[in-house]
Amino acid sequence: MPVYNIIQAVNDALRLEMKRDPRVVVLGEDVGKFGGVFRATSGLYDEFGPDRVMDTPLAESGIIGTAIGMALYGLKPVPEIQFADFIYPAYDQIVNELAKFRYRSGGQYPTPVVIRTPYGGGIRGGHYHSQSPEAYFVHTPGLKVVIPSNPYDAKGLLLSAIRGEDPVIFMEPKRVYRAAKGEVPEDDYTIPIGQAKIVREGSQVTLLCYGAMVHTCMEAAEKAAAEGFDPEIIDLRTLLPLDTETVLQSVRKTGRVVIAHEAPRTCGYGAELAAMIAERALLSLEAPIARVTGFDTPFPYTLENEYLPSPDRVAQAIKQTATY
Amino acid sequence: MLAKGQPVSVSPPRNPDEVFSILDEDGNVRKGVRAPEVPDEACLKLYRGLLQVRLVDDRYMKLQRQGRLGFYMQSTGEEATHFGGAYALRDSDWVFPSYREPGLAFWRGYSLTDFTNQLFGNCEDPVKGRQMPVHHSARWLNFVSISSPVGTQIPQAVGMAMAARISKKDDVALVYFGEGATSTGQFHVGMNFAGVFKAPCIFFCRNNGWAISTSREKQTASKSFAVKALAYGMPGVLVDGNDLLAIIAVMEDAVKRARAGEGPTLVEALTYRRGGHSSSDDPNAYRDPTEVAAWEAQDPIERWRRYLVKRNLWSQELHDRYAQEITDEMMAALKHAESLGPPPVESMFDDVFAELPPHLAEQKAECLAGPRPKSGHGGH
Repeated sequence: MPVYNIIQAVNDALRLEMKRDPRVVVLGEDVGKFGGVFRATSGLYDEFGPDRVMDTPLAESGIIGTAIGMALYGLKPVPEIQFADFIYPAYDQIVNELAKFRYRSGGQYPTPVVIRTPYGGGIRGGHYHSQSPEAYFVHTPGLKVVIPSNPYDAKGLLLSAIRGEDPVIFMEPKRVYRAAKGEVPEDDYTIPIGQAKIVREGSQVTLLCYGAMVHTCMEAAEKAAAEGFDPEIIDLRTLLPLDTETVLQSVRKTGRVVIAHEAPRTCGYGAELAAMIAERALLSLEAPIARVTGFDTPFPYTLENEYLPSPDRVAQAIKQTATY
Repeated sequence: MLAKGQPVSVSPPRNPDEVFSILDEDGNVRKGVRAPEVPDEACLKLYRGLLQVRLVDDRYMKLQRQGRLGFYMQSTGEEATHFGGAYALRDSDWVFPSYREPGLAFWRGYSLTDFTNQLFGNCEDPVKGRQMPVHHSARWLNFVSISSPVGTQIPQAVGMAMAARISKKDDVALVYFGEGATSTGQFHVGMNFAGVFKAPCIFFCRNNGWAISTSREKQTASKSFAVKALAYGMPGVLVDGNDLLAIIAVMEDAVKRARAGEGPTLVEALTYRRGGHSSSDDPNAYRDPTEVAAWEAQDPIERWRRYLVKRNLWSQELHDRYAQEITDEMMAALKHAESLGPPPVESMFDDVFAELPPHLAEQKAECLAGPRPKSGHGGH
């Protein structure tokens, strides 16, 4: 079985699905001949030609607006937004159009568009190459939001997303794009959207995370374990729909919760997780829910390591919550 | 507006600031103009269509004033723009409308029953009571769901046109918008994509002079809207928007080019919004009523009628019969629509996704079990 990084896994999924389904097309800035600034679409242009791998003008609202039109006509577009920070010019097309087309037309017009976009900090990219805007999209009825943390999940989840009938925001953790490696079957397989995964079993604290933060949390868990703590880590994989059962089962077992994400704290995805747990498992809780997140500041350049939740900050939250 | 005696071009002009017109105010074909050949039967069908939009608008605006309808938008004075576009297409072509082109839907077969049920948001509304009045959607007619935010349909139409080419089909996209939409980024982005990809898309700008209370001069400093096409590498044509025959000629040309793979066209139809933006505004608060009177004298339906008289196609009897048929159909549709209740509350949770996800299933159960308003119908 080949060992891939996340970029290679994404590329493999795209190639596999484009071969299998002639309706699948890729479009975006620099995705054609160049193969994308992160190389995620590398080789696809040569293999499938300019009609199915389109270099577009530099306009995100046009990329998503035309992708919607293509989906209406029956294609399955997989547009790339080069950095999640650049997605805002397309915000109206995503939130008011893509997410609502099926609903507002009484079910007449589904728009199965899968938007791939690298997100997150830790690459010395400053404010405009580091943001984590997932909460905006989770808050929009009609969109599914998927964030893989590793190559195996990236391929299986992307294939599920493209084969589904709903619009999906597929956010790729660019800090670990190349660093996260693992065995990826060459064959076709899917991972269902809406299923979380326990990536470290433990008894003491439930650690909820997704994307690049899974790696930070694994490191934090090792540090805490070295001091005798025993955290359980859940990689949510899908933010919407959320696998509440897996989360709640763990919370009922441990009675303690730490949530980690890069995005700013206020109204971040952790707020929804904390509210959901409070509504459904309050009496299981032995300690206040802790959030380790980016701060409520714009994403800083020089001080990004101070801003991003680090293994030490997460480890500290594990220890404090476990001993509360 | 074309002033009396204003020179007009005799073939679709190369200069997008020049107005192209075929029929003069009396319904005569201008000298030296090659008019498209519209068969007798189609001429009458077009007349009936124009009349239907006018009669429906008159009736439904009154209904709104009586409080029987929550909201309405009329097209009075702009009817020719609907049918000039509709006529040039075949059924497999797609229309991306804005909210002021019901005639396009009627032409393609949208019934007054469906139209009226949508306005009432009742349990037979084709869009299940999901949108406010005049936001129609008729997939079976390739008439795409209408959105309120202005201009969003423009890049979508381009995408559909690109998809047709990718799928090796020769279907074209026709997208409508008002002149106000040309100020949005969506217009420029859509035009640019269409130019670059040579998309078979026709951009139809209804320049009716007003975007709610904002006059045409506040939308652009350029002499025409059609001229904007040049910057995107496509032809732009300015056509008399109250001259149905001229619009048909320009559209047939644009559709032919698009279908042949020669790329997009921007059509600007110069017309006038004689009513308010919607039932929610009073245009006398922001514009000179004499302006309206001048445009009333340029009525597109009257001009088409005069043209039909010259062709010995029109008679008062025929007009009366059409008017009676339309009125009967409308009254029956109204009676039916008003007799129906709202969509079932359960349907509120349908069509958010292809399948109901667990969190929505829970919220649906919560909604059904919880205290609920006596009437779920907020429309009117």
